[in-house]
Parts: sequence; structure tokens; C-alpha cells
Amino acid sequence: MSRRGKLFQLVAVLIVAVLTMGSSSTAVRYNDLGHKMMCVCGCNEILIECNHLGCPDSDQMLSELRASIAGGANDDAILTAFQDKYGPTVLAAPMLSKFNIIAWIVPPAVLILGIAGTSVLVRRWRLRAAAKPASSPVAGFSAMRERIRRETEL
Amino acid sequence: MPTFGSFALLVALALSGYALLAGGIALRQLTTGSRGRVSPERLAETARRAGIGSFLATTGAAFALVWAAFNNDFSVAYILHHSNRALPGPYKFAALWSGQEGSLLLWAWLLSAYGFVLRIRHKVDVKLTAYASTILAGIQVFFLLLLNFAAMPFSLVGGAVPQDGFGLNPLLQYPEMVIHPPMLYLGYVGFAVPFAFALGALMMRYPGEKWIHITRRWTMVTWLFLTCGVFLGAHWAYSVLGWGGYWGWDPVENASLMPWLTGTAFLHSVMMQEKRGMMKSWNVWLIFSTFLLAIFGTLLTRSGLVSSVHAFAQSSIGTWFWTFLVIVLAVCLFTFILQRDHLKSENKIESLVSRESSFLFNNLVLLAACFTVLWGTLFPVLSEYVQGNKVTVGAPFYNRVAVPIGLFLLFLTGIGPLLAWRNSSFKSIRKNFVLPCIAGLITAVVVIACGVHPWEIFTTSDQGSFYSFIAFTLSAVVVTAIGSEFLRGAHVIARHTGQNLFASVVQLTRRNTRRYGGYIVHFGVVIIFVGIAGSAFNQSKEEELGFKQSVNIGPYRLECQSYSQDSNANYDTEYALLDVYRGGKKITQLAPEKRFYTASQQPSTIVANHSTLAWDLYVIYAGKNPDTGQPIIKVFLNPLVAWIWIGVGVVVLGTGVALVPNMSAALAASRNRATALATAEVVVARSGD
Repeated sequence: MSRRGKLFQLVAVLIVAVLTMGSSSTAVRYNDLGHKMMCVCGCNEILIECNHLGCPDSDQMLSELRASIAGGANDDAILTAFQDKYGPTVLAAPMLSKFNIIAWIVPPAVLILGIAGTSVLVRRWRLRAAAKPASSPVAGFSAMRERIRRETEL
Repeated sequence: MPTFGSFALLVALALSGYALLAGGIALRQLTTGSRGRVSPERLAETARRAGIGSFLATTGAAFALVWAAFNNDFSVAYILHHSNRALPGPYKFAALWSGQEGSLLLWAWLLSAYGFVLRIRHKVDVKLTAYASTILAGIQVFFLLLLNFAAMPFSLVGGAVPQDGFGLNPLLQYPEMVIHPPMLYLGYVGFAVPFAFALGALMMRYPGEKWIHITRRWTMVTWLFLTCGVFLGAHWAYSVLGWGGYWGWDPVENASLMPWLTGTAFLHSVMMQEKRGMMKSWNVWLIFSTFLLAIFGTLLTRSGLVSSVHAFAQSSIGTWFWTFLVIVLAVCLFTFILQRDHLKSENKIESLVSRESSFLFNNLVLLAACFTVLWGTLFPVLSEYVQGNKVTVGAPFYNRVAVPIGLFLLFLTGIGPLLAWRNSSFKSIRKNFVLPCIAGLITAVVVIACGVHPWEIFTTSDQGSFYSFIAFTLSAVVVTAIGSEFLRGAHVIARHTGQNLFASVVQLTRRNTRRYGGYIVHFGVVIIFVGIAGSAFNQSKEEELGFKQSVNIGPYRLECQSYSQDSNANYDTEYALLDVYRGGKKITQLAPEKRFYTASQQPSTIVANHSTLAWDLYVIYAGKNPDTGQPIIKVFLNPLVAWIWIGVGVVVLGTGVALVPNMSAALAASRNRATALATAEVVVARSGD
């Protein structure tokens, strides 16, 4: 594989790593999972951050979360169970499944395609500019002087 | 007064309609050379004056609504629903933008005020201003149609008039709500002016880049208002919503961020057009998109398209906004297709490693960020359409997708100024990048030594440490790059003038305020990033605290001195008094509250915050344990938050510097004035003889 190919592969691996890493269990699973779900009382806030006085849902949901962690379920199973019980809007971000995967893929894809497209365009412009014969130095002198003045003004 | 307000709105609509029609006919005649009974110049002048009249009429309507609020005129349905007798004066004033109809009136009034300034200053360029004025009149007609027929602020209540109003939403009863929405609206509405100039310049095939010079200050001031509006909103959320954060990626927050991102891209790319005659089509579409996104943001807030904690005014006016958006887009597209040959670039980018390229990539990343925010905001709607069920796209999505894009932007902020125009040689790159890279490496080592472990991203689900590490390192690179730019220029001046370094930096900045003001803005952005990076190390604790009981967090100990309740005409309150100790010494007392507003029957959190440069001790009263009657206190220790607000201050300062004319231009202007004065004195003296 060429050097450029290897570099591209490395960048791709890093991007995938950043986007998909982090599903292992830790001592702070409760906090993590609490931040991955929404309170369903209609406040539109992250479950663990819902601070509504007398909220009818968050306390119960957090108790269920504690019980699920204590019961030994893994993160995905807990999130799926909550999704089944409260509906898909309980998850603070779409899971990597079926149609929802598009949500995660499209923005980085747009950025990468944009950068690649722009690089190709600039390269093409540069080649076209290099192929053009240089204009008469006398005719272009004043225009160039004006341009230098504009571009290097302190 | 309600009758006066309704009448004023009708008059404003008639005048704006006239300004649009007469202005349109006059410009058509000027373009084709045809003439009617009235000359096109005179017709255009009547349109201009009608536009000024429309401002006066809209001001009258806004005044009538504020007057009704201050006089507790509950016969007006809007006042009944957004005010009450016990509401403090400033919030009665804020009632103007606390609901749907009022905020639309504020939109219309600000638009007419911008139009007023533009029409008064029409001599800058009479024809181009006439185009812009007519386009602004068209936008004004839309908002006045809404106010007269769909969202009427002066509707009267049916039957008996209640003795008191239902009060203002408690979340809005906070000092920042008196200035945050007007700032945001000044930003949203303000982009209508550069939009009108860009569209007008394209319609009339305006030669050169003068329209950019004319609108430069408009755009920068508007951008500044929007920046202040966005961050005041963040500060409001931090102080009022009481969840310990300042940005929740809520659809309404996103709606304000999108035009800010495209507006920022526009501010950068117009420099390419000014300096090198490039990116003309791109710039036109950037300002079109910015205006369309500002309208779209208003649509998001008002239509209920997506659910939000900030959407305080929702109704069925979405159809009006969709129709307006489609019309504006169609006009922009049609004009662009018709006149696109006028937008040919004079130059092309010659190297990937050049200042032009960095501007291009900066634009690309800003647009990618804008697209990400738009995509995340609208994905629930798309999901419902495709899958039949809505999903939530909240903070975890943006933290993974938008934050890396933001960091890439920070990286470009650092390297852009180090590259030369047209092409950068390897030698100059090596020379310019050595110092920032060394600063970045040293910072990386120091940050790791301080306990930030970026490799945790590979072992835990926490991405915060990794992002913070990158943010701190890049910040050091950017600050060093900016500092070296200042020092390099200042050394040249110091060598030639013999001034000290500080005086040289000041003189350097005054010589090219736009460039160095821009660097100060970048410095402010870096400070904001540093403040945001601190959020990876937030800590929180929730405890029930009885008398003399305490909770420890970080270096602080909070001891409960008392807890009680109180009430006044506007609300009932429960609060706790907490003494804060550090190192055994009492440093302050905090009093977090929970209020229950009488008129609206809604609760609200009043956060107690002890802010230092290192961290915020952020305390909320979460409620009372019904069994023990003791308060439940939630304490957050949020590092570096104060730097976000300091960074915004630096951004404001930098924008202010960039708005000041260059020293040479100011000197030339004052020389011209002196010459004119001397000539006038000679003329007067001669006429006296």
C-alpha cells in the first residue's frame, strides 16, 4: 500500500475510534447511562440532570437504572430495556442501528467529502494556473504592485 | 391604546407595502430606462420616505404594547397571558418579547429600525441603497402581514376583563432575559441588511466589491449582537435552568448557533473577495444562507416543529414561515441563476498551503459544523417520516460528532494566520510553525502531568479527557501563533520608531485594526474553548442537609446554617443558607432557592453560584425531603467556566477594535476635514472682505 493509502487508513481508523469508542463498563456506569437517557416527563432534559421539583418520572427511572446495573445487565441491554419501556425518545442519542446509523455517519462523511472535494478542486486550479503562459511583465506590473499592496498591508 | 397599536400596525403595513411596490417599480424603470408620469428617482424617494414612515408606525405599535403592559391593560389578551400586576417593571418591559406576538413585533420593529438607519444613510450609494431598501421593505411586509392577520398582539379578550394577568413564565423572570432576546434578535434581524445589500448588488450587477465595504460594519455589528445573544442565552441557561451546564444542544440553542456559524464563515470569506476577487458566488450564498437560517431559527422557535425547553411561544404560524422561506429561496436562486456570470472569480487558489486555502477550509469546517447542527436538529423529524417514530438527538450525539469538528476549527484558527497569501514556502512554514509547535508540545506534557489522560478514550466511555487534552494543546498553539504575529509586526515598528514594545503593539493594531482586531477575536475564541474544555472535569454531589450538616466537594465544605421559606406578592420561596469554607476559613454564604410563582403557578430554580477563575461552586436547592422536611442540595464544581464569559468579553473587545478605522485612514479623513475647513475659512474670509 502507498504511503498516502496508509495515511488515509490511519485517519479513518482514528475517526472511527473517536466516534465509536467507549462502551466498556466502569465504576461510573450509572453516571454515564444517566447521561445517555432523557427524562420522559416532557422537560427535554438529560435524565440525570432533570431537576424538576416533584418530577413524576426521573426518580423512578433512576431507581430502575440503579436496579438494572446492580442486576448485572450490560449497557446495551439496559438502554434497550429502557427504549422498549419508554419508547425510542428516551435515548439521548440514536443507537447505532438500522436507519439511525445515518445520523452518525452523514456529518463526518460530509466533512470528509468536502475536504477531499476542495483539495481536488484547488489542485486542479493550481495545475490550470501553472499551464497558463505568464502575461507580459510590463502590462501586469501595476496590477501586481496593487495586489502586493493589498495582500501585504501591515 | 390597543386600538392605536392595531392602527399603527396597519399603517406600517401600508407604508411598507408602498415602499416595496414603489421601490420595485422605480428600480425597474431605472433598469429598463422606461419612464412613467413620475420620474423613477422621485418614485424611489417616496418609497424611501414610506420606509422611514413605516419605522415610525412600527415604533408606535411597540410603544402601545409596552404601555399596555405597564398599565396592566388586561383587556389585551397578550398582556393578560404574559404579565400580572405584581410583575417587576423590567419584566413588564420584557413581556414585549416573552410571547409569540410580542416577539414578532420586536422582529418587525428592529427590522424597521435597521431599515431606518439604512434609508437615512442612503447617500453612501443611492442606487444600491434603493435596492436594499426595497428588499428590506419586502421582508418587513411579511412580518407586518403576520402581525396584522396571524399573530395579532392587540387582540382583545372576550367577555369580562380579568382583574389580574396570568404572569410571566418564571424561567423568563431573570435579569438576562431583559437583554438576551433583544441581542439575539438584533443579530437575527441584522443579517437582513447584508442579505438585502448582497441580493440588491447581484440584481443590479453592481460592479466591484463596494457592497462588501458598505456592509462590512453592518455584518460585524450584527455578528457581535448574535454572539452576545448566544452567550447571554448560555449564561441564562446556566443561571436559571439549574442543571449545572450552559449548553444543552437544545433545538432552539442550535437555531441561534446555525446563522452564527454561517455568518462567521461569511466574515472570513469576504476578505478573500476584497483582497483577491475570489469566492464571489460562495459569499453571496453564505449571506443568503445566513439570512435563511435566521428565519429558519425563528420558525423552529415558533412553529413547534421540534420540541424544546426554550420554545416559549408556539403556534400554527409555521405555514407562513415555510411559505416565506420558499419565496426567499426562490428569489435568491432565480437572481443567482440570472446573474451568475457577474460572479466570476478574478483569481484562483494557487496552492493548498496558502492563506486562501486556510480561509477555504475554515469556511468548509464552519459549514460542516452548521450542517451537523442542522442535521442533528432535524433528524428526529426525518426519523419520524422514515421510521414512523421520533428519536432524540441530544448532547451525546453532538459531543461525539460536533466537538471534533469544533476542535478542527480551533486548529485552523491557529495555522491560518501563519500561512502566506498565494503560496507558503516550506522555509516560511518551518519558521512560523516552530514556536507554536513547541508551545503545543510543552502544554501537552504539562496537561498530562496535571492528570489529564487522553488515552482514557480507548479504555472508558469518557471522551472528555481526550477532547480537553486536544483543546488545551491546540489553544497553546493558537495563542502562540497569535502572539508571534503581534510580536513580529511590533518588532518591525519598534525598530523603525524606537518605541517600546507595548506602544509598538498598540500602533501596529491601530494601523490595521481589522487584522489585529480579528486576532484578538481569535484569542477570545481560544479562551472560550479553554473554558468549555474544563467541563470534562465537572464534579457533582447531591445531599440532604439538616442544620449544621455539611457536604464536601473539591476544596470546599458547605455547611447548612438554616433553611426556611418566605413569600411576596409575586412568588413563594424555599431556600437554604449555606456557609462555604475553604481550608477551614469561611469565604462566603450561598442561598440557593426554589420559587413558586403565584400568577403562573409554576416553579423556578434560583441557582447560587460562587465563581472564581479556577471553578464555579454551583449550588441548587433540589427540593425538600417530604419525610424529614430537610432540604436536598445539589452541588456542582465546574472548572474554568468563568473563562467562557471572559472569552466572550475578549471577542467583544476584538470586534470593537476591528470596527475602528485604521490609523492611516483616520488620519487621511482628518486631513481631508482640515483641508475642507481651511478652504471654508478662506471662502468666508474672502466673502467678508
